[in-house]
Amino acid sequence: MARIELNGLTKKYGQVLAVQSIDLAIDDGEFVVFVGPSGCGKSTTLRMIAGLEDISNGVLRIAGETVNQREPKQRNVAMVFQNYAIYPHMTVGRNIGFGLYTSKLSKAEKQERILETARILGLEDLLDRRPAALSGGQRQRVAIGRAMVRDPVAFLFDEPLSNLDAQLRSAMRIEIKRLHQRLGTTVVYVTHDQVEAMTMADRIVVMRDGRILQVGTPVELYENPVDVFTARFIGSPAMNLVPGRIEDGVLALPGAKLSGIDASEMSGGDVLVGVRPHDLVISDGGGDGLAVSGLVTAAEPLGSETLVHLDIAGTEAIATAPGRVIPAVGSTVKAVAAPSSLYLFDAKTERALGRL
Amino acid sequence: MSTMAVPTTELAANRRDIRPGRIITWTLLLIGGVLMVTPLLYMFSTSLKSAGQVYDLRLIPAQPTLDNYIEVLSDGRFLRWFVNSTLVAAAVTLSNVFFDSLVGYTLAKFKFRGRYFIFLAILSTLMIPTEMLVIPWYLMSSQLGWLDTYWGIMFPGMMTAFGTFLMKQFFETVPDDFLEAARVDGLNEFTIWWKIAMPMVTPAISALAIFTFLGNWTAFFWPLIVTTSRELYTLPVGLSSFAVEQSIQWEMIMTGAALATIPTLIVFLVLQRYIVRGVMLAGLKG
Ligand SMILES: Nc1ncnc2c1ncn2[C@@H]1O[C@H](COP(=O)(O)OP(=O)(O)O)[C@@H](O)[C@H]1O
Ligand SMILES: [Mg+2]
Repeated sequence: MARIELNGLTKKYGQVLAVQSIDLAIDDGEFVVFVGPSGCGKSTTLRMIAGLEDISNGVLRIAGETVNQREPKQRNVAMVFQNYAIYPHMTVGRNIGFGLYTSKLSKAEKQERILETARILGLEDLLDRRPAALSGGQRQRVAIGRAMVRDPVAFLFDEPLSNLDAQLRSAMRIEIKRLHQRLGTTVVYVTHDQVEAMTMADRIVVMRDGRILQVGTPVELYENPVDVFTARFIGSPAMNLVPGRIEDGVLALPGAKLSGIDASEMSGGDVLVGVRPHDLVISDGGGDGLAVSGLVTAAEPLGSETLVHLDIAGTEAIATAPGRVIPAVGSTVKAVAAPSSLYLFDAKTERALGRL
Repeated sequence: MSTMAVPTTELAANRRDIRPGRIITWTLLLIGGVLMVTPLLYMFSTSLKSAGQVYDLRLIPAQPTLDNYIEVLSDGRFLRWFVNSTLVAAAVTLSNVFFDSLVGYTLAKFKFRGRYFIFLAILSTLMIPTEMLVIPWYLMSSQLGWLDTYWGIMFPGMMTAFGTFLMKQFFETVPDDFLEAARVDGLNEFTIWWKIAMPMVTPAISALAIFTFLGNWTAFFWPLIVTTSRELYTLPVGLSSFAVEQSIQWEMIMTGAALATIPTLIVFLVLQRYIVRGVMLAGLKG
């Protein structure tokens, strides 16, 4: 177990800056998730930590020691790949045992470790099977077993669940999280799926174009995104954004007004008003707060609630209605959001202006 | 477990109806097959005839006899040549499997300056016909004292451009994830190649081994040139010497040739079952 520090970590592929001067300290035992759209440099960062990619610039420390020049094996980190990468020509037992390849344990001790690992992962009956005879979830468990068996200082996961179907993915999410709680080993986890990030992370690192946009706990990112990108990336369905204007303490939206805005904090001018679908509720009565009316373009009943797609003066938005309420497509409905649920962003820079 | 995957494809194949295109295909294949097999049949047929019947061109011998086989097998020279051929072909095959794979792997999986140039240089040797190389090989052997030695017979084929190219292409299909997983697990690069990458290209290795073995087993021109002592002859050279020195004994030559096909058949039968694609993909996703 160890603390991992990234100082100005940079990766260049020729002229392409894949990762641009990343600073981050990952605490011992922490579960950190890198999240961001495809191509933003998550894997490259992870691979630099693993030692699979040369570091172009900056310093990487594991447990206080600079490891820039060390081989992967000398860093004692374990990695789980998106494609599992378990060896097809070896049994499950031998695959797991490969994690102990460089270990100096005796044969009996190794066997003991392999069995123990298999037991934790529920693989003890499959030790003699070949990967071809395993399901996707079992293969991923074997890959995790190979990583676990040698007791590394950190686990590195690169999109380990993206090849699994939705049901299996949520089951494995919980399993990996439990495993982390049990082992207490530092985890660096890369995904493009914000749900994985939100459900598993102690801290989330949002990346875009090779840079860190924001670091924080899931709740912090959800409540206080620094800009439009993070705001829309975190939370599902994505946050609605409606263009508006603040003047003399009054927030004006198409067909709606909200007064009493503390103008001292907001410089005023053109803004984007963010509201999460769950905070924008279809209502026939007036209700407190910001009320807008929109044309229903689609309704998605989910049982517990209905997602209502609205056209609010040319801006698309999603609101929610209680489960049994399914507004007719083409009708005009009113949706209300409490002022405390609104997010404000500068329309030009897309930076957050704070909450109301 | 393993019986599950088969049925659907087999059913589909059985149900395929007979269409004109297929009739043409089969006819062409049949003609090709007959053209290839007929000389072989004559070889076996002749080996079963006595000296007097050789020019009686019936396919089924009038009085089949195994006398030729007994005579050839009891002739020490034949056995010696057989062993020579086996040794040479096996050693060259092993060498190719090892070195072609090693170089092919390096070219496929490592990025280094000059990689493309080296690859082109290796490929360009494919454009030079063997006949043109024989004289340089001979001069080289003569200067290095390799004439009339086993090594002299073998050295030109110890590595081939074709084999290197074949292995490179196959190694390129091995996903990097496997190699990186092994690197993180602490294997050194040689072990990664040997223990992880090689088992994933067994179909290619088998194909390479078959082609190399067959090619060297039947090689005639270079062994003929480089050897002078009869003890070092390979089987094809030895058999042809049968033809030259006495009045040509076709039934003996054909018997030797028939016996010579046996190892090639064995090599093919043993290795061809490894030429099954798809072994590799099982370790990846679902
Ligand atoms: N080997 C490489 N050579 C050149 N560019 C690369 C290489 N690997 C990644 N990149 C580039 O670096 C950027 C980040 O890639 P990556 O870290 O794989 O993104 P992510 O994992 O977030 O999807 C991308 O623009 C990608 O095209
Ligand atoms: Mg990636």
